[in-house]
Amino acid sequence: MARAVTTQRKIVYTAAAWAVGLLIFFPVFWTILTSFKTEASAVASPPEFLGADWTLENYADVWARSDYPRFFWNSVVISIGSTLLGLAIAIPAAWSMAFVPGKRTKDLLMWMLSTKMMPAVGVLIPMYLLFQWTGLFDTHIGLILALMLMNLPIIVWMLYTYFKEIPGEILEAARMDGASLRNEIIYVLTPMAIPGIASTMLLNIILAWNEAFWTITLTTINAAPLSAFIASFSAPQGLFYAKLSAASTMAIMPILIVGWFSQKQLVRGLTFGAVK
Amino acid sequence: MGQITLKQVRKSFGDVHVIPGVDLDILDGEFVVFVGPSGCGKSTLLRLIAGLEDTTSGIIAIDGKDATSLPPAKRGLAMVFQSYALYPHMTVRKNISFPLKMAGMSEAEQAAKVERAAKVLNLSSYLDRKPGQLSGGQRQRVAIGRAIVREPAAFLFDEPLSNLDAALRVGMRQEITELHQQLKTTMVYVTHDQVEAMTMADKIVVLNAGRVEQVGSPLELYNRPVNTFVAGFIGSPKMNLMEGAEAAKHGAKTIGVRPEHVEVGSGPWSGTVMLAEHLGSDTFLKVNAGDLGILTVRAPGEVHVGYGDHIQFGPQASKIHRFGPDGKNMS
Repeated sequence: MARAVTTQRKIVYTAAAWAVGLLIFFPVFWTILTSFKTEASAVASPPEFLGADWTLENYADVWARSDYPRFFWNSVVISIGSTLLGLAIAIPAAWSMAFVPGKRTKDLLMWMLSTKMMPAVGVLIPMYLLFQWTGLFDTHIGLILALMLMNLPIIVWMLYTYFKEIPGEILEAARMDGASLRNEIIYVLTPMAIPGIASTMLLNIILAWNEAFWTITLTTINAAPLSAFIASFSAPQGLFYAKLSAASTMAIMPILIVGWFSQKQLVRGLTFGAVK
Repeated sequence: MGQITLKQVRKSFGDVHVIPGVDLDILDGEFVVFVGPSGCGKSTLLRLIAGLEDTTSGIIAIDGKDATSLPPAKRGLAMVFQSYALYPHMTVRKNISFPLKMAGMSEAEQAAKVERAAKVLNLSSYLDRKPGQLSGGQRQRVAIGRAIVREPAAFLFDEPLSNLDAALRVGMRQEITELHQQLKTTMVYVTHDQVEAMTMADKIVVLNAGRVEQVGSPLELYNRPVNTFVAGFIGSPKMNLMEGAEAAKHGAKTIGVRPEHVEVGSGPWSGTVMLAEHLGSDTFLKVNAGDLGILTVRAPGEVHVGYGDHIQFGPQASKIHRFGPDGKNMS
């Protein structure tokens, strides 16, 4: 029996989807809302909603008390830097795995991904000491390296699945047409893989932007990104929820905007290969 | 020039010997078709000639020069793939001119050659479209266009028509044959369809399990198949092969009679019609002839027999093929 999509069923599914979506969004929504409340209103119990005291003071305070532009710039440098470096390493790696696979390519991919299953705190001490000894602590290059290594397995995997979708015969055709390996990559492979490379890049920038464990642990002032900026409002001042919320909102807003405008590309990237 | 010589060419994937050793001469200007059932190694053999696969041993010479270890780009051959393998991000014009660009030809020269190829292939009005906007037949023409602009020593076709529907296939088959007559360039064509092989080839190479069973012109293969495999593979509908007492009467292990070499109405054989296909010009009968097995018979178009009818029939005496215990032709 064919399953008819009735109007009723559509309404139920749509409502359910909205409910789940709102549930996921609620913490972000509450953070943004709290950032516009006075400190007293923010901690009121029961929570105040419409009747709260609204203010922009928190933003003014946060802006005055810390150097937001510097944190912002550090976030930009670290997330984009680690992504570009990661792509430079992952593109050749994924290419060789997709087009010249060996007997153990699948195992190698699994092994790479398995490093993501390790709790980051497990290598905290060695990483910290290594960064101290090599002078990478609290530097842009240090954090770019650390985040690149954290996300490299994901970049390689994503690119690998994209490249796998490119039919080998097209590359063979280029070879028959007299293209050298370099020309084959420049004129045929790369243009065909650009959508995949773009969505991998976007996702990775978001992951790097939101990373908190290593960025907070391995920085103090010079290279501290927005995650450290948020943390600085949570620790010493204790229960200043409204200011913490304002700082959080300021930290997540740029990436939310980027994400909003690129959502089409992102969804394609995350669901690619799921349905053929 | 486009003369290709294979000497003891072998190809193994691990322990699997796909091509156990092939010797073959392809002459300049010849239209050679590799035909055989799927998995017989015909595509692998073509890819070895193209350089897309490395030979395990043996020599491939193109125009007398050893090309065994040359990369595909250096062999001067052009290939048309089953999937067309067009560059999806390029327009038809860019697709066709790509090999010229790779050869470092000037823009003006490229444009002139593309125009000429497009005219020959009726593609002039599609030059600015992308492959995704073309029909299957048009894509196939673009793939051929991309191959002919290079003026290669030889064309390699890997089952180029198998993705087209039946009507289009017949049309493209004729176009490729006409193209060969025009260009007079060597063509090596792989197909599993023996009708394509018979209609297009100057020379057919019948392959089975990586071995060359027979090389010859279509009519040679039709009239004098060297063994039961070639006998059963070439010709449509298939040759009837019979063993046992009937074969023994002719002093053979197996005898073969083509459906078109059977006379209906009188003869030593009899059977019951299981199926009658009236095509208008001919009628194909599937006849259960008892001990002889189930035989296919071609009768005239106007013959009035149908399911369940009992008929008398027999072979034309001069058209009986006799095969020995080793399957080889005895005559």
